[in-house]
Amino acid sequence: MMEKLNDIAVILRSKNAGPLSVTMDLIFKDKKDFLRVKNSNTLTQQAVGKAYGISSKMVDIVYYDIVNSIKITIPRRTISGNIDDDDVYGCQQQLPLANILIP
Amino acid sequence: MKIVSLCGMLGYGYEKKSLDVVKKMTDVDYIGTDAGSTDPGPCYLGAGKSFTNRNAVKRDLELVLPYAVQKKIPLIIGTAGGSGAGVHVQWTRTIIEEIAQANHLSFTMAIIETEVTKEYVKEKLRNGKVHEMGPGLKLTEENIDKCTHIVSQIGVGPFIEALKHKPDVILCGRSCDTAIYAAPAIMNGMEEGPAIHMAKIMECGALCAEPMAAADMMVATVNDKDSFTLEPPNPSRICTINRVAAHTMYEQGNPYFIYEPDGHADLREAHYEAVSDRAVKVSNCKFVKVKQPTLKIEGAMLAGYRTISIAGINDPVTISKIDDLFEIVKKFVAGQMEGKANPQEYTIMLKKFGTPLPGSVVPELPDCNMGIVIDVVAKTQELANTVCALCRSRLLHTDYPGRKSSAGNLAFPYSPSDIECGAVYVFGIYHLVDVDDLLETSKIDYVKVGA
Repeated sequence: MMEKLNDIAVILRSKNAGPLSVTMDLIFKDKKDFLRVKNSNTLTQQAVGKAYGISSKMVDIVYYDIVNSIKITIPRRTISGNIDDDDVYGCQQQLPLANILIP
Repeated sequence: MKIVSLCGMLGYGYEKKSLDVVKKMTDVDYIGTDAGSTDPGPCYLGAGKSFTNRNAVKRDLELVLPYAVQKKIPLIIGTAGGSGAGVHVQWTRTIIEEIAQANHLSFTMAIIETEVTKEYVKEKLRNGKVHEMGPGLKLTEENIDKCTHIVSQIGVGPFIEALKHKPDVILCGRSCDTAIYAAPAIMNGMEEGPAIHMAKIMECGALCAEPMAAADMMVATVNDKDSFTLEPPNPSRICTINRVAAHTMYEQGNPYFIYEPDGHADLREAHYEAVSDRAVKVSNCKFVKVKQPTLKIEGAMLAGYRTISIAGINDPVTISKIDDLFEIVKKFVAGQMEGKANPQEYTIMLKKFGTPLPGSVVPELPDCNMGIVIDVVAKTQELANTVCALCRSRLLHTDYPGRKSSAGNLAFPYSPSDIECGAVYVFGIYHLVDVDDLLETSKIDYVKVGA
């Protein structure tokens, strides 16, 4: 059954990693949920790039097995605090990621 | 050796009962606190103001300062005043002096200034010693000139230098959050890898605990040169392997590497062990020295002045047409401003709140209200006020076929409806510079505070 990442992860958060990047943490309740996502081959650079409308080359995905977590870092849409910014701390940028479907 | 982290951000608060627990410990060697961040945006660096509240910062300091001074426990403050420029350091220094006077304290304070001159950055740029940290921000001499304050984010070096003089307080400008806690540990013989790892986890206070809180304290015990143990002083919190390891990845691009001016900590082999039901021991972190040390420099420049108007819309037809209506408004304003201001001198933006989430099914006429902010940034405050006023009045009364709420499109929650936000700053510099000496941007003074 396909499920949204938001429904699988217990934590799905975003935050500035400096004013040029935003980093997202997906933390899963257990190894089973973590491996379901990790081994699905669905959460790819291409899928994240498409969700955020950026080149897949700009997407960095790191699996942090010790705490059943995945870290995804992308460039910000605009630099934090620029006049066209709408999320200075970058802590509400998780939605496109949250909606990615995982088998 | 024990090091205490007061809280995740000076001015965000911490629980007094945690300090009471710490006061009962007989072996506290250092107390540290981070006091700044770039997260709140470039305005605070640009304007020379703090994003933290003065009364809240004073509260956090006046509880701990008399204790630290009397017990001769050095208190280390990093990124003073939120952004760490000279003016921010001075702001914090005044608060410390007020507390000293009120409590009849007398002590020595090391002040580390880390602001750099425009010429320093230009020289680095001309010599090819500037590196970009991401896309979208090119460094030019023009932007350097536009910056009001430029700071360098120093690492452990200047803190260690200051600690050698055994000051009671260290008040530092822009610094790595990690340096506050890693410096005393390294100075006392801890390896740099575990010291940086320890500092990274504790710099947010009890954010690595359960329940998590930036607004509370954390205590780290340096067991030996390779390991440390974290335990929250507040009895209602605990540290677990999961929380501590998870916090390692907070706010940084990669959970396995922590980048510092002189190299990076490598956490791939880090070992976490629960030594009690509320304490976690961490070991096995390496440090890889880099051949060419770098310092990050940050500068903010004036981008104009902002005026906003906040309103709500309850008419479903108006909501469904809002983008088209706003285009009409923008054209109208351009006509009104003809001969008065160049179109390049102002930017009009519409920020909408309550818009449908991607993928959701939207009825043709939404059954909800929408919040909007008319957002104008212009060359002068007066121009921003004028353009915002024109947008607000025109959008209020823009007519369209089939309009029912024809007495006005907008519900203003406030009078006056237009709010002057003042100067707008943007990051002009967020770059790495190669340095010959990691202390080259630091100026350390030792001053006497109190009678």
